Amino acid sequence: MINIYINGQQRSILPGKTILEACKESGIHIPTFCYDERLKPEGSCRICVVELEDSHKLLPACTTEIAPEMRIATHSPLVMRMRKHLLEIMLSNHDISCLKCERAGNCLLQDYAYEYDVDIEKYRGRTRESAYLAENKFFELDQSKCISCGKCARICSQLQGNNVWAISNRGFETEVSTPFGIDMEEAGCVHCGNCVSICPVGALKPKKEHKFRAWEINEIQTTCSYCGVGCQMYLQVKDDKVVGVKPAYGKSNEGLLCVKGKFAFDFINHPQRLTTPLLRLADGELHSVSWEEALQLIADKTQEIKNTYGADAIMGLSSARVTNEENYLFMKYMRAVIGTNNLDHCARL
Amino acid sequence: MTNPLTDVKNADVIFVTGSNTTEAHPVLGSYVRQAKEKGKKLIVADPIKIPLAEIADVFLQIKPGTSLALSHGMLHIIFAEGLDDKAYIEQNTQGVEELKELVKKYTPEYTAEICGVEKADIIKAARMYAGASVSSILYCMGITQQVNGVNNVYGLSNLALASGNLGKPGSGVNPLRGQNNVQGACDMGALPDVFTAYRKVTDHNARKSFEDAWGVKLSGETGLTATEAIPAALEDKIKMFHIIGENPAVSDADSNHVKKALKKAFVVVQDIFLTETAEFADVVLPAACFAEKDGTFTNSERRVQRVRQAVAAKGQTDWQIIMQLMNLLGYKCHYDQAEDIFTEMRALTPSYAGITYGRIEENNGLCWPCPNEDHPGTPILHIEKPLKGKAEFKAVEWQPAQESLKTEYPVLLTTNRIQHHYHTRTMTAKTKAIDEYYPDCYVQINPADAATWNIANGEFVEIVSARGTVKVKAQIADSIKKGTASMPFHWPDGANVLTCAAELDPISKVPGLKLVGVSLRKI
Repeated sequence: MINIYINGQQRSILPGKTILEACKESGIHIPTFCYDERLKPEGSCRICVVELEDSHKLLPACTTEIAPEMRIATHSPLVMRMRKHLLEIMLSNHDISCLKCERAGNCLLQDYAYEYDVDIEKYRGRTRESAYLAENKFFELDQSKCISCGKCARICSQLQGNNVWAISNRGFETEVSTPFGIDMEEAGCVHCGNCVSICPVGALKPKKEHKFRAWEINEIQTTCSYCGVGCQMYLQVKDDKVVGVKPAYGKSNEGLLCVKGKFAFDFINHPQRLTTPLLRLADGELHSVSWEEALQLIADKTQEIKNTYGADAIMGLSSARVTNEENYLFMKYMRAVIGTNNLDHCARL
Repeated sequence: MTNPLTDVKNADVIFVTGSNTTEAHPVLGSYVRQAKEKGKKLIVADPIKIPLAEIADVFLQIKPGTSLALSHGMLHIIFAEGLDDKAYIEQNTQGVEELKELVKKYTPEYTAEICGVEKADIIKAARMYAGASVSSILYCMGITQQVNGVNNVYGLSNLALASGNLGKPGSGVNPLRGQNNVQGACDMGALPDVFTAYRKVTDHNARKSFEDAWGVKLSGETGLTATEAIPAALEDKIKMFHIIGENPAVSDADSNHVKKALKKAFVVVQDIFLTETAEFADVVLPAACFAEKDGTFTNSERRVQRVRQAVAAKGQTDWQIIMQLMNLLGYKCHYDQAEDIFTEMRALTPSYAGITYGRIEENNGLCWPCPNEDHPGTPILHIEKPLKGKAEFKAVEWQPAQESLKTEYPVLLTTNRIQHHYHTRTMTAKTKAIDEYYPDCYVQINPADAATWNIANGEFVEIVSARGTVKVKAQIADSIKKGTASMPFHWPDGANVLTCAAELDPISKVPGLKLVGVSLRKI
C-alpha cells in the first residue's frame, strides 16, 4: 500500500492503481466520458483532469498511476475551470437540440454541462455533420451528438472483438466511422449494439418503435431469455410495455449483450401474442374459449386417456425456455399427478 | 460446464470444437476473441470455417462426424511425445492403458485420412493443447448432435484428463448449453430418467424421498425421450402430448414424421405464440413470457439467476396453468408465488439446497452445487480431484456414421445456427430488423462443388434426403468444406425436413442433426 492525499485526506491505496481508481475507492466522484472500467484507459476526453497540488500540474486521472505521497486535488478551482472549459469546447460543435434529444435526462454531457455551469454559447461554431451514416436497421449514428470519446470503437475492438469502428480524421472533421467508410456489415458489424449501450451521449442510439424519455421508464433487472450464457439485462418499461433493453453487469456477461438480447424484444408486445385459450372444435378450427373451459377439457381428456390407455400413453414435453420453478412443477405434475416418467424437453435440440 | 464462462479468459489455450461460438453464444465468443487478443492460443476443429477459425492458431476443417477420431489422433501424439500429465493420470483416473492401446493406431496419417485434414495440423493442435499449462475445451452441438455424440464427448474428456486440464481455473470440459434454461430444465428433472439433481427414478431411495414429499406412489420405470415419443405416437403407444414452450414441428428431426405424430395424438400446447406446433394442437393455452413472470433460470455455467416480472402477463404463467391442472386432476396444492415452488424444490434437490432468492440477489447468482446456505456455490467443478473420485478414460473406436456412407446421398449436410435468429424464430422473427436481414432459409455450399453442380450464388436448389425434399436458395461460401453443405435449422420446411430421427445416439438418444446425407441439384 502507498500513501497518497486526495483533497487533503490521507489514503492508503494499492500500488499500480490509477488516480481515478483511487478516487473511486475513496468515494470521490470524478467525471468521465471515455473511461469504462472494462476498457484500457485512453485519457482522450480529459474531463477527468485532477491537479497535483505540489506542481499545479493537470493530469488525466484515468491514465495516471498513483505515486507515493502524491497530493491530488479533484475539485480545485483550476480543475473546475479546466473541466468547464473542456465542456464548452465539446459543446462548440455539438447539436444542442437537447429538448428533443433521445438521451435528454440520461446524457453525461448534459449532466456535466449542468454540474459545471457551462456557457453553451462561449465557443459556439458550426455543428458537425454526419459524413458517415452507419446505415443499418438496428441503430443510428448522429455525428452531431458525438463527443469523440471513442468508447464505441474500443468496446468493439477490445471486448466484442469485431473492430468495426474507427475514429477517423482530425480536428473538426473527426468522426466515428468504419475503416474507409465501408458498409457496416462489410466492416464486420454483427449488430450486437454494445457500442450503442456504451455511448455516453446521443450519438449512437437504437432505432425504436416506442419513443421514451429517461424519466418515463422503469428498469427491471432480469436474465436474458435467449442462449445459455445468461446475460443480465435491464428491461426498460414504459406504460407496461418493454420499450428497450440495456445491459446489466452480470457475472457471465460483464455488461455485454448480443443482437438478440439487445434488440429482439419486440415479441413481448407483439400483436400476434396469444391472449385467450384456443380449442379445436368440430369444424377443425381453433376457437377462443374461457380459461375454465380449456383447463377443464384438458383435465378431462388427460383423465380419460389415463383411464383408457394408462398414464404411460401421455408424454410431457417441458421446456428449456421456461423457469426452473415451472420445470419443477411440470415434472411433479407428470410424475405425481399423471403418474408417468414420459417427460422430456428440448435439451437434445 | 465445469468452469465459468468468463474463465475461458484464464486459459492459455482454448480448443473450440463443434461450437460456432460467436454465432450461437455471442458474448462467450467475444471472450474467446478477448483471450486471443491477449496472446492466448486458439485451436478450432469444425467442418465449417467459423468466424473464430479466422483467428485460430490451428484450424482443423474436419469432415462431419470425425471428432472422436481427431481426439484419438491428438491423444496418440500426446502419449507418444510424453505430453500427458502423468501425475494427474496416476492420481485421478483409471483406464489409461486401454486408451493408450486404442489410440496407437490413430497415427497422424490415419487420423488425417479420416478427418480430411493435414497431419501436421493434428500434431500442432495436440502439442498446443497438451503443452500449455492450462487449456480449456469449449464444445457444443457439433459434438453432441451426432449418432456417436456421447463417444465424441468421451474423446474430449479423454483429452482433458490425459493433460490434467480439469479442476483448475482456465481448464475444463465445457459443453455450451444452447437454451437459456436448458441446464435448469435438466437440473429440475424434466427428463425421463431422473428427478431433480439427476437422482434416478429407478433408484428406490430417490423415489422414496419424492414419494414422501409428494404423498403419492411414483413409477420406477424410465420414461420415453422426446425423440422416442414421436415414433411411439406413430405406433399408437402415445396418445397425448402436453407441450410447454417448445416447437417440435420445426425443431425436431424429420419434421414430416413429427407432424404426423402430432396429427395423430391429442395435443395440448402452452405457448406465447401460435407456433407451427400449436397449429396441430387440440387446445392451446396462452402463456406468459419471461418478461411477465418471476422465477429463476440456470445458465450454462450452472449459475442460478433471477427472472423478474417487468410487465403484466398477457396469458398465465406456465406454473399457474400447471397448478390449476394439478388441482382439477385431484392433487390439491397451492403456491402463491414462484418462490414458494423454488423453496419446495430446493428441499428435494441437494445441489440447490443452499440457494434462496435472497442469496441469488446478494451474490449476483449462485453456481450449483450449493449444498447449504453457508456455501458460496461451486463455479469450478472437480477441484483437487474429480467429483466421483477416479475419472474414467473411455476407449471407444471411431466409426463412420451410416448417413455418411449412402452413395445416393453423397453430400454431408450439417445444420447450423445464425446469431440473429433463435431456434424456430418464434421470438426473433417478430423483430422487424432481424426478419428483414434474415427473412429466408438458405443452404451454403463450397465454391468448387457449386461449379461442379453448375449452381450460381442465389439460385434455387433442391436438396433431397431419405426423409424429404426442400427447395432453398444456395449461398456459395468459402467457409464450407468440399463435399459438405450447411443450412440453418431455424426455418419451417427447412433443414429438419431432411434430418434423420430414426438413428439416435444409443446413450443420449440425440439424433445426428449435424450429419445428414443429402443430394443436391439446381432446379
